[in-house]
Amino acid sequence: MISRRDFLQTSMAASALLGASGFGQWGRLAAQQALTQDQLLQFETFGNVSLIHVTDIHAQLKPIYFREPSINIGVGDNKGAVPHVTGAEFRKMYGIADGSPSHYALSSGDFEALARGYGRVGGLDRVATVINQIRADRPDALLLDGGDTWHGSYTCYHTQGQDMVDVMNALKPDAMTFHWEFTLGSDRVNEIVEGLPFAALGQNIFDAEWDEPAELFPPYKFFERGGVKVAVIGQAFPYMPIANPGWMFPEYAFGIRDENMQEMVDQVRSEGAELVVVLSHNGFDVDKKMAGIVSGIDVILSGHTHDALPEPVLVGETVIVASGSNGKFVSRVDLDVRDGRMMGFRHKLIPIFSDVITPDPEVAAVIDGVRTPYLDALTEVIGKTDSLLYRRGNFNGTWDDLICDALLSEREADIALSPGVRWGPSILPGQDITREDIWNVTSMSYGAAYRTEMTGEFLHVVLEDVADNLFNPDPYYQQGGDMVRTGGLGYRIDITQPQGSRITEMTLLKTGEKIDPAKTYQVAGWASVNEGTEGPQIWDVVESHIAKQGTVTVSPNTSVNVVGA
Amino acid sequence: MELTRRNALLMGASAFVVAGLPLQAATTPEEAIAAFTGGAEIGEGDITLTAPEIAENGNTVPIEVASETAVEIMVLALGNPTPPVATFKFGKLAASRAASTRIRLAGTQDVVAIAKLEDGSFVQAAATVKVTIGGCGG
Repeated sequence: MISRRDFLQTSMAASALLGASGFGQWGRLAAQQALTQDQLLQFETFGNVSLIHVTDIHAQLKPIYFREPSINIGVGDNKGAVPHVTGAEFRKMYGIADGSPSHYALSSGDFEALARGYGRVGGLDRVATVINQIRADRPDALLLDGGDTWHGSYTCYHTQGQDMVDVMNALKPDAMTFHWEFTLGSDRVNEIVEGLPFAALGQNIFDAEWDEPAELFPPYKFFERGGVKVAVIGQAFPYMPIANPGWMFPEYAFGIRDENMQEMVDQVRSEGAELVVVLSHNGFDVDKKMAGIVSGIDVILSGHTHDALPEPVLVGETVIVASGSNGKFVSRVDLDVRDGRMMGFRHKLIPIFSDVITPDPEVAAVIDGVRTPYLDALTEVIGKTDSLLYRRGNFNGTWDDLICDALLSEREADIALSPGVRWGPSILPGQDITREDIWNVTSMSYGAAYRTEMTGEFLHVVLEDVADNLFNPDPYYQQGGDMVRTGGLGYRIDITQPQGSRITEMTLLKTGEKIDPAKTYQVAGWASVNEGTEGPQIWDVVESHIAKQGTVTVSPNTSVNVVGA
Repeated sequence: MELTRRNALLMGASAFVVAGLPLQAATTPEEAIAAFTGGAEIGEGDITLTAPEIAENGNTVPIEVASETAVEIMVLALGNPTPPVATFKFGKLAASRAASTRIRLAGTQDVVAIAKLEDGSFVQAAATVKVTIGGCGG
């Protein structure tokens, strides 16, 4: 049972971050002086088992800036519930002071000023230092990677994920689950997984032909830690062949399969598991729903939707931990397991302030090693930005506005479509844009920028379909991305309506005319899930556009009118 | 058969009915259910229907039905041009009263399984399966 006292301890751990800095102390030095590595890592070891969770790193080896979303709308039972609370409301909910390190790390608002004060976040050499520190307290702590690790950068693309495999192996995880990894293609995924020195788990990874559990991905693994029998069950992203190109991994089928999850939980319990941990890439709302349906899970380490929460969310007796993305956070969860059950926990979401945490020299050397052959290409400056470039938000982000502008002008299209993915770091105004920066927001194995004709009616179907993936009131029907970004096209969305009725007032921005369902429009886009998509790679399209502009400026996007939030 | 102009017109008309108005095709779900249950009331109970929330491929969607006490289970895809999918019959010696198959779904719709139990009563389970064009996962 989780006592009220234990729950309070988690908030105390989170609030230990506060109080260090306030308004008016945003100068770089002040921020760094006010914040120390010891303070970030301060944690009174608790109980007998420690879990370390990293997830959705998206191949970000080096420190970056990452702006959290200001728009993240919850629907159905999750309206107004975390993680669908942003900005000032989020800070109020958790008692986070404006201008504090937690404000910068966890919420949107004043991002540029705070970024200049607190500096970059992440970097797997810093993550290594944090992991080592936790292992110094608790040598047998379990390190669990929630997936989306072998995707998302120039070096990851060019090494087909080998850079991430090498660096992660140096961190010595105990288990991992998957999502974007499969977009390397099943041959490459199988090749890597066969050589992994840790468990590759997924109770919902099935053989597509026979609909039987895939042999290469066991559902769970047992660990003996602190005298406790711990079962870790993997849950891969359920909708991989739908949200990503299924033709790249046709041998595999996925799905939520909560009835099989229940069977696995019952099975590990009957084999003596005293602690059941689910390493999940479901997305937060799906994990919440699953926790209410499947009984017997103690901890869900939640990934996919990139939410960073300073306290776990409790569903019944299941603790759900969300650890952010892009290498920005590490979660530590200490558990007291006695008499075959979890008696209490202590949790801390540790933000990786890269100017405060000392890089681990060994892992830094591995990172440099994988980057060196590509360094000239990575660091080439393509242009500069006058605007903050970021991605997160339900409907648009300035990075995607820029990508849509590139598609419209480079591909001579009426309308541009850009996928609503949630990965990709931010760039501050005044910063150079390097080739690495462009790849960080575009890199993928199906990046061809297509140009095609679509009728107004089909465009409507596309927007309605994606909107339902995001705003269906039942989380099990959500795929965890954001709305498809549009360039040259405005619309009104009423998120409370059912599929087919949410999107109205579609407007061709260049003429101000309403979209005609019967008329045909030239549409440019990228990341099509269809096999045989043709066109230049999106990073080349964006690079060409930025090079022509020299300095880019992105004006505020007012083309989406949101109703019912 | 001699193809007269009148026959050709009739064929065209019935083809249109199938293509354009699927729910008014030869067998409606209501008719199929009435034929199966003889109009008896349908409750809830010993039946499970396992189907994906979102189909990976609408042309071949894996489903499974199970009931410990069923003698027959009928599966219907309510939004298909021809809603009846299959009826599974289980004898007294059946080791397990479960069946799995793959079905084709014309679009997002409810799949319904109705079991006739040994005691002559009927129970049902339903699942919404979404068929999507997909493509934008985080």
